[in-house]
Amino acid sequence: MDRELFELEKAIDEISKRAKKFGLDFFSMRFELCPADVLYTIGAYGMPTRFTHWSFGKQYFRLKTMYDFNLSRIYELVINSNPCYAFLLEGNSLLQNKLVIAHVYAHCDFFKNNIWFKRTNRDMIETMSVNAARIREYEFLYGQEEVEKTLDGALAIQEHIDFHRLNKKGQQEKGRKSVKPETPYDDIWSIGNNGREEEEIAEAEKFPPSPEKDLIGFIMNHSHCLKDWQREVLAMVRDEMYYFWPQVETKIMNEGWAALWHARILRDMDLNEDEALEFARLHAGILHTSRTGLNPYLLGMKIFEDIEKRWENPPPEEREKFCRPGGEGLAKIFEVRETENDISFLRNYLTRDLVRELDLYLYKKQGQQWKVTDTEWETVRDGIVANLVNGGHPYLLVEDGDYKKSGHLFIRHCHEGVDLDTFYLEKTLPHVYNLWGKTVHLETILEGRSVIFSFDGTKNIRSFKG
Amino acid sequence: MTDKSIISRDNWTLHRKGELDQQRHNEKVREAIKNNLSDIISEESVIMSDGKKITKLPIRTLDEYRFRFNYNKQKHGGQGEGGSRPGDVIHTERDHDGKGGPGAGDAPGVDYYEADVSFDELAEIVFADLVLPNLKEKKKENLQAVSTRFTDVRKAGIYSNIDKKRTILEAIKRNARKGSDKYNIAREDLRFKTWETVYRAESNAVVIAMMDTSGSMGNYEKYIARTFFFWMVKFLRTKYQHVEIVFLAHHTQAKEVSEEEFFTKGESGGTKCSSVYQLALEIIRQRYNPARYNIYPFHFSDGDNLPSDNDTCFELINQILPLCNLFGYGEITSPYYRNSTLISVFERIKRDNLTTVTIKSKKEIYPALKKFFSQKGDSGGQGTI
Repeated sequence: MDRELFELEKAIDEISKRAKKFGLDFFSMRFELCPADVLYTIGAYGMPTRFTHWSFGKQYFRLKTMYDFNLSRIYELVINSNPCYAFLLEGNSLLQNKLVIAHVYAHCDFFKNNIWFKRTNRDMIETMSVNAARIREYEFLYGQEEVEKTLDGALAIQEHIDFHRLNKKGQQEKGRKSVKPETPYDDIWSIGNNGREEEEIAEAEKFPPSPEKDLIGFIMNHSHCLKDWQREVLAMVRDEMYYFWPQVETKIMNEGWAALWHARILRDMDLNEDEALEFARLHAGILHTSRTGLNPYLLGMKIFEDIEKRWENPPPEEREKFCRPGGEGLAKIFEVRETENDISFLRNYLTRDLVRELDLYLYKKQGQQWKVTDTEWETVRDGIVANLVNGGHPYLLVEDGDYKKSGHLFIRHCHEGVDLDTFYLEKTLPHVYNLWGKTVHLETILEGRSVIFSFDGTKNIRSFKG
Repeated sequence: MTDKSIISRDNWTLHRKGELDQQRHNEKVREAIKNNLSDIISEESVIMSDGKKITKLPIRTLDEYRFRFNYNKQKHGGQGEGGSRPGDVIHTERDHDGKGGPGAGDAPGVDYYEADVSFDELAEIVFADLVLPNLKEKKKENLQAVSTRFTDVRKAGIYSNIDKKRTILEAIKRNARKGSDKYNIAREDLRFKTWETVYRAESNAVVIAMMDTSGSMGNYEKYIARTFFFWMVKFLRTKYQHVEIVFLAHHTQAKEVSEEEFFTKGESGGTKCSSVYQLALEIIRQRYNPARYNIYPFHFSDGDNLPSDNDTCFELINQILPLCNLFGYGEITSPYYRNSTLISVFERIKRDNLTTVTIKSKKEIYPALKKFFSQKGDSGGQGTI
């Protein structure tokens, strides 16, 4: 057995014992040592077995170039699955890999215990491998061009799923009345309130009955032009997005949690002087700050540390106000990691003191300059949270799948203060058109004015309202 | 322990998915370049590049489009080193530095995917459709160049040419045959690199760049001419070892000028094209023997020639044509005036190696190149694009 593996096996044993001791609860781990280009491939695709598409190739090239020029490296690559797969970079120093291993155990604990991951498919590696094989088969049957075109379209709208539908489901069922009369005599009940009945019927004829957030699913089911295999492709892309979604919504927590524990685990280990120094340097590198962005590792870790502190030794005010007895620090952070996602995490636990301590702010482009606009803590907190809503993507709803009674698709952008990138918008609509098969409209607001963008297969049209 | 952790190392050598998809992406980049060639080859950044540097090309079709927010109108979260206040400047954008603000998203409406395409790669795509028409055999004895190439390995030779790798391989083989575990290098193991003399036919070409510098030729017209000559010289260099360029400027009189003068100096006055044809003819006779040179005279003008001069032009062009490989005439017309008289002269001449084009905008440079350097050359190829 080669030396590198032997050393790593020893390290894994030590680290997993410590992780358990600290209370982390994880799936069995499968570590895989692989060369840089393989690691970067997996990083670009998000999964070792995912289907092929040029955009992943582009991403791979970008990552690998950054690595080759020593601009950035992927430290850890871990897959949410059971058993949990993690990939280590060949040629990393032993200490680097120790840190990665510790980091990965914390991620795995998060995957296993955070509530938003409860419904994810833990066999996704297999599922994606099957999907990839199917897409390959479609390429043989229908040609690479056709498959690529379908994938281009599917990927252009892949973020528009309705992840939280599952939680809303019960509510919706209750609210929805059965539209069709159950017996021929049902209309007898409506005698006496004619007007309202008609309104309800008009409502009922709407398609979809209520605005539909799951754009890709709606197109998959109701497209005018897609063939069965193309619907299949959309379904796969959609499933994979459902799988990735909780990772998008818990980025800050997940990375913060992992940074917190890799530090604690490594500090608990017997490191010699060189290793301790290397660890300190690496850890500091991971926690670097940036004037133009938020470092999820740092932000998440700081919030977790703050929560632990405030529940372990509550300040007198909090002790009194919230009846917090103290000594609950560790239990509290484990509870938070189980029940929150980034949005609730920041809303509930990003305090005034933290905003000031970390010197967080909002900034915006003004003329040629990017300037700080807000430092007031609640504005900053809400601004950061606002950028996380819907995974940071515009919130779109399918309002009408039979617009103008001619089968057009009408999508409404729920404008929440930020305009859309119109250049991208006009480039994306043709993709939607290709999938839908008839004219596609999108209503949004530009500079305070309501506007509808339409693409009819040949050209983009903008029509301003009012 | 129930949940045993395992570490392993597999053989990943066949895992080339990333590389393959990257190739597909490259294909698409090239496709995009191809679709936008007319725009790209007249980009200033390309023309000014020294031919070695990587050129950044504007390509408008490779982004992964999706519905997204206008980055420039959004508020973003950031982190300072303490004491940040509203109004603090984080970053200032310089004009056209291409790097833009933090993160993605340039100004909406203009989106560049910055493809690192080397000049050679671009040239390869541009030249893919171009061919040299009317190639003539030139006298052989004047066209030979001698060079040496290392091609062979022998058992004897000069010690400075010893082939270390092969020598060691031989030594290992011999020792292995003997079964001894001591390694040594014997005389019989020595291998030497040997060269042979290669005779190559050398070909020369000369471009006679002629331009009308009369008052009516403005910067814009010159830019078009310059772009055209730039690509033409690049292209000829791929076909010939040596390409010389002679710059001739003319209004009513013609003279030989330096490259810089050719493109920058503005003159005024009327136009007498016969002057430059006369000069070109003299230069060919004195310096560029058609037996040894491939000659490419190209003339750019706005066509506003003195009508009385046209007959002289006709005579001179007919004298030049048999001497050269390809005579090109490009007329740069602006939408404002169209009273060309020169082109009627060319219309009277029917020869395979004469091509005329009319260029109205930067976009038409590439089609013009394609027209000049196409194999057909059948009917003299006159006409507009």
